[in-house]
Amino acid sequence: MVTAESSSNDTLVSVKDLRMYFPVTEGLLIQRHTADVKAVDGLTFDVSRNETLGLVGESGCGKSTTGRAILQLHRPTSGSVEFDGVELTDLKGSDLRSFRRRMQMIFQDPFSSLNPRMTVSQIIGEPMAIHGLYKGQERRDRIEFIMNAVGLNPLFAKRYPHEFSGGQRQRIGIARALAVEPDFIVCDEPVSALDVSIQAQVVNLLEDLQTEFGLTYLFIAHDLSVVKHISDRIAVMYLGHIVELSEANELYNNPVHAYTRALLSAVPIPDPVVEKTRERIILEGDVPSPLNPPAGCVFKTRCTKGATCGCSETTPVLEEVSPGHWVANCKCCMEA
Amino acid sequence: MARLLDVKNLKTHFFTEEGVVRAVDGVTWHVDEGETLALVGESGCGKSVTAMSILRLIPSPPGRIVDGEIVFEGQNLLEASDEEMRAIRGNRISMVFQEPMTSLNPVLTIGQQIRESIILHLGLNEQEATQRSIELLELVGIPDAGGRITDYPHQFSGGMRQRVMIAMALSCNPKLLIADEPTTALDVTIQAQVMEIMGNLSKELGTAVLIITHNLGVVARYADRVNVMYAGRIVESSTAENVFGNPQHGYTVGLMASVPRLDDAEHTRLATIEGQPPLLIDEIHGCAFQPRCPKTEDCFCSSEGTPELTEVTPGHWVANCPCCMSRDTVPA
Repeated sequence: MVTAESSSNDTLVSVKDLRMYFPVTEGLLIQRHTADVKAVDGLTFDVSRNETLGLVGESGCGKSTTGRAILQLHRPTSGSVEFDGVELTDLKGSDLRSFRRRMQMIFQDPFSSLNPRMTVSQIIGEPMAIHGLYKGQERRDRIEFIMNAVGLNPLFAKRYPHEFSGGQRQRIGIARALAVEPDFIVCDEPVSALDVSIQAQVVNLLEDLQTEFGLTYLFIAHDLSVVKHISDRIAVMYLGHIVELSEANELYNNPVHAYTRALLSAVPIPDPVVEKTRERIILEGDVPSPLNPPAGCVFKTRCTKGATCGCSETTPVLEEVSPGHWVANCKCCMEA
Repeated sequence: MARLLDVKNLKTHFFTEEGVVRAVDGVTWHVDEGETLALVGESGCGKSVTAMSILRLIPSPPGRIVDGEIVFEGQNLLEASDEEMRAIRGNRISMVFQEPMTSLNPVLTIGQQIRESIILHLGLNEQEATQRSIELLELVGIPDAGGRITDYPHQFSGGMRQRVMIAMALSCNPKLLIADEPTTALDVTIQAQVMEIMGNLSKELGTAVLIITHNLGVVARYADRVNVMYAGRIVESSTAENVFGNPQHGYTVGLMASVPRLDDAEHTRLATIEGQPPLLIDEIHGCAFQPRCPKTEDCFCSSEGTPELTEVTPGHWVANCPCCMSRDTVPA
């Protein structure tokens, strides 16, 4: 029998060669499978207990899909996802559901991720009902506890989402994720839709909750400044692949992969004096389509070494260039 | 540098069933030839409405410019006729919008859309206008411009569409380019591309740029001067170096402290501004920031009299609410 109890291992989530392909079909009467959108194309990484792993990259790189594939919201095309030592891709039905209690998600859009016809207490109480946790007064007490923990006045429990601001709605989403006492939360762009000063409030809240409840986060975002602030380690994704993975400060101080360096230089720093002295690497062109990614190193169409790149057709793999610092080992992309 | 645009005590209000929303409530600022001015603030502070007011694009009803002057090249735009405004829009003042997909006409080719302004304002014939359009697309870095001129907006990526918008906006060599959140919908590497193009072209052509954004990084990189807006008013105005390096108003200080920086060496907790911006439907007496100012208990701001922008050091203007101007307004 599969149990959902935790083991004492340091690694909570272990992803190996994860692939998520979405089939494209054509045809009127008979649907033919003509191509695949290779959203996630061979990801391998671990998330340790109580750490925050940042997953950063631009639109279409596959980061959100990765988060969903880990939670089995998409069933992976191939590869393995181990949660606390148990292979999730083999699980179905009630076995999977018992694990769902331990891994939750916070969504990007505070407007569309809450059911507009449910009150706050119904929204937070629903996961508890599904997992058969807390009944009656106990549940009401638990809801009040969580609302306080996320900074929402429990008096608002009977209000509807439209009566709250964007930042408050995001807190409701966070409360819902906390309702079943998960170990692991995938935060999918949780602050991107919020104003700058509200972002700071929610980021601080997420950090406090992590300490208070011993949470592990996979923090997915495109804003590298926010990701670096909250993450212990960061994985940089490009077109379905991880191109670099290291500790957060190390990534900023010693970026190795050409894409990471371009990405860092593109992020403006709110300081005009610093900005004047920064190197700017401007990439040519656009990201290729995941329907037809380049063979071998997927970055080669935009690598500033472009024409002189002698990259072979084999796909680069992550190589440890210094302790804890992994880089996709395409020779051109790694040259300083 | 010569003065290009002078806005004096502009007030744009929206008259709704629930009441009057004072979206812009008395702002005075200017743009000089060739400079890049940023209007910075969070959602609802009035920055977009300010820009739309310049071009008189405020939907009316329910909006109306109720007071003020907008003097462009010596002419008060608020007194201009419709015909005069049409001759200015897209020609002497042009605009780049946030969402390139919804600002481009999906059923017209890119070529048709760029040509429209050129034929209208510069009087070229179709062939000449097409040639000019291709040149413009090359200028903004669209590969195979001659071939792509007959493509439709949906055939371009977001970054390319925004470059098309810039090409359109610069087609008649305007004196002022208004860019309303031009890169918010774009990825950060594409944002860098688009801003480089806009920055280089505006320097080359001598175009002044008014950039409206909530992204402080973009402002730090590209703006010469900055106006910080809050609740329909300007609370601080100076060079980018001054506003970032030596912010004086409590809101500016709080805003700067709440933004995570890529070059933060150690993890420090983000400072936050408690509460939320006021609803602009309620009339605000005195300092709009007062309810959120960390110095509220000691604050002796009067509830009458809107704080006025005062020059605290040469070229550095701050709304003169005594608490907000105190140096110790950084929250713990």
